Amino acid sequence: MLLGSSMPVPEKLDIHSESFLRSLMRRQFRLSLVCAAAFMAGLFGLPLANYFLPDLMGARVFGFTLTWLILGIGFFPLVWVIAWLFIRQSMALEEQEVARTGRRSGPAELAGIEADRRSGAGRF
Amino acid sequence: MRIDLYILAFSGVTVMATIWLGFWAARKSKTAHDFFVAGRAVSVGWNASAISGEYLSAASFMGIAGMVMSVGYDALWYPVCYACGYLFLLLFIAGPLRRFGAYTIPDFAEGRYDSPIFRKIAVVFVLFIGFFYTLPQMKGAGTTLAYIIPGLPYWAGVVLVGAVITLNVALGGMKGITLVQAFQYWAKMFAISAPILVLMAVYGHYGHQLRQAGSMSSGPMLPEVRSVQGAAGSETVVTVRRALPEKAPTDDAWLNPFGPLTTKAAKAAKLSPEQAKPYSLLYTYSLIIALVCGTAGLPHILVRFYTNPDGAAAKRTTMWVMILIGTFYAFPPIFGVLGRSLLPELYAGVGAKGTDKIVLELPRLLNDRFAPLGSVLSGITCAGAFAAFMSTFSGLLVSMTGALAHDVYGRMLRPQATAEQRMRMFRWCAVLLGGLSIIGGMQVEPLQINFMVGQAFAIAAASYFPLLFMSTWWRGMTMKGAAVGMLAGGCLALAAISLTSFSDLKWVDLGIFWAAHPFLRILCEQPAIWAVPLAISLMVVVSLLTNAEVPLDVRMKMLVLHAPERLGLKQEYIQEHQQAR
Repeated sequence: MLLGSSMPVPEKLDIHSESFLRSLMRRQFRLSLVCAAAFMAGLFGLPLANYFLPDLMGARVFGFTLTWLILGIGFFPLVWVIAWLFIRQSMALEEQEVARTGRRSGPAELAGIEADRRSGAGRF
Repeated sequence: MRIDLYILAFSGVTVMATIWLGFWAARKSKTAHDFFVAGRAVSVGWNASAISGEYLSAASFMGIAGMVMSVGYDALWYPVCYACGYLFLLLFIAGPLRRFGAYTIPDFAEGRYDSPIFRKIAVVFVLFIGFFYTLPQMKGAGTTLAYIIPGLPYWAGVVLVGAVITLNVALGGMKGITLVQAFQYWAKMFAISAPILVLMAVYGHYGHQLRQAGSMSSGPMLPEVRSVQGAAGSETVVTVRRALPEKAPTDDAWLNPFGPLTTKAAKAAKLSPEQAKPYSLLYTYSLIIALVCGTAGLPHILVRFYTNPDGAAAKRTTMWVMILIGTFYAFPPIFGVLGRSLLPELYAGVGAKGTDKIVLELPRLLNDRFAPLGSVLSGITCAGAFAAFMSTFSGLLVSMTGALAHDVYGRMLRPQATAEQRMRMFRWCAVLLGGLSIIGGMQVEPLQINFMVGQAFAIAAASYFPLLFMSTWWRGMTMKGAAVGMLAGGCLALAAISLTSFSDLKWVDLGIFWAAHPFLRILCEQPAIWAVPLAISLMVVVSLLTNAEVPLDVRMKMLVLHAPERLGLKQEYIQEHQQAR
């Protein structure tokens, strides 16, 4: 694979290597999967609870049935918490990956990103 | 019934503000880049409001309330999964897609597999799912206008609203739309929350209303509570329930899980409630899968991720979108619950006069006690409904028009077209697609808004979601695998859904067949439970069979998809590609 000449050498870790990609994808996928599992446990668990524990789920809480309260109101905050944790973790993960490669944004890349931003008209 | 001036005034102001904003933004968007992805530099707050504004469609604003009112608990899955689907998008798709960087889904399809043919297939699907999703928006428009101006036929509303939005999109492109949609989110949020808070203050809060709904649950069929109609003047009226008409479900069925929505097929087959329960469970799961995966696959939502400055911003945007839409979705079911006790007459209506208009009609009850407050609040919800279908329809029209102008015209028909020609084409495509949507929208009056949206989600879930998920996370995918899986999943889901819709519209008579096979009826009405796994397995099998055709630089592609943007792999990838050509 061709490497651009502007790249800072030496590198701690070859970012084009198979092992880097493998570990990168595995770590990100594991994080996503853990979060998804937490959320799906709730999503797929509730119908089962309704099915097998109708009396408990039909119990009244502040006028709501328990299951109505969980589904109609309780789910949204749960999703927010999972999303927040995921975003925090995945940002940290990216930070680690960048540190691991030792390839900080060189001036070339920064210029590239800036140009990308500037090519569109300003924001409003 | 005569025209209510408050309602007319509020709706008029919303429409005017939308059009004005569109024109204002149109003057500011000059280049082709602006037209397609808003210059790719929209700030997180704007973008999150705009995505939410686009996402909260007529189904969310009117449909959910109507459906909660008509079928009860089971309808709650819709708002929850509409919101939760976003989490899926965030976890698996949003970041990688943005890092890869392309204008549209067809761009992604082509870039990931280096295949112009696959781009064409993806374009067809963008147009197709988008079109399916515009129909319920059109129904919302027709219903609302028929409510605001009594006597106006349903089709006139569809034509009027359709024409206004089409004009807006043709003039403003994506950038105009971003601003308009951000404004519309806040309009909708206010319009759904303010009236319901007032209503709850007057008639009793959410839980109180639900307690009423269940307290007489064991009684005979109907009516459970007899009450004095029109007794709204007295102070004690607050807790009195009106008699339910013949067509309303019983309290028990309405309040508890596995109610009329999910047991319909089993009921038609004359199964006992106990026998029907496993069928209901199946229906519920299939619905959940369709809604959650469908969100992650809706093309007009995905295109918005490209308007974020970088991947981190895309993630922050998704977080905000979830908060914005989650807060919103807590409100519509309350309308449904209050509607059941306060406006049961709507159960008897069909089409534009049925439960789908509960959000518009309910606040008017306040006129009995605090005139003209009821009309003002009803005017506000009408304005919100306008904002709802206008913003979603605009977004869809932009993504469909983008596909047609950018992909079909700009890449396939005339790759050498100048920027100016492309912009002119964008406008013509908008007019063409707007016209088609209006014609389609005129046909769907008998179908429930929310139901139609669920169907569009099921098709997206069986086609786009597997494509995006597998292309992002599995290196072994080949173009053939991706295409076969997406086409088979999408087309089979569509065929199954069309079959049930056609028989519901009485175009084909399958009543006897469905009664004999409730299991098949559920699998056809809610195909996601088999169509999503089918699409994914086809992708795996066909990709393995054709594994010689895995793109040569797949490792680099995967790196671009997954490595942090700061490593600058994207620039490198582009350079390599240019050298290769």
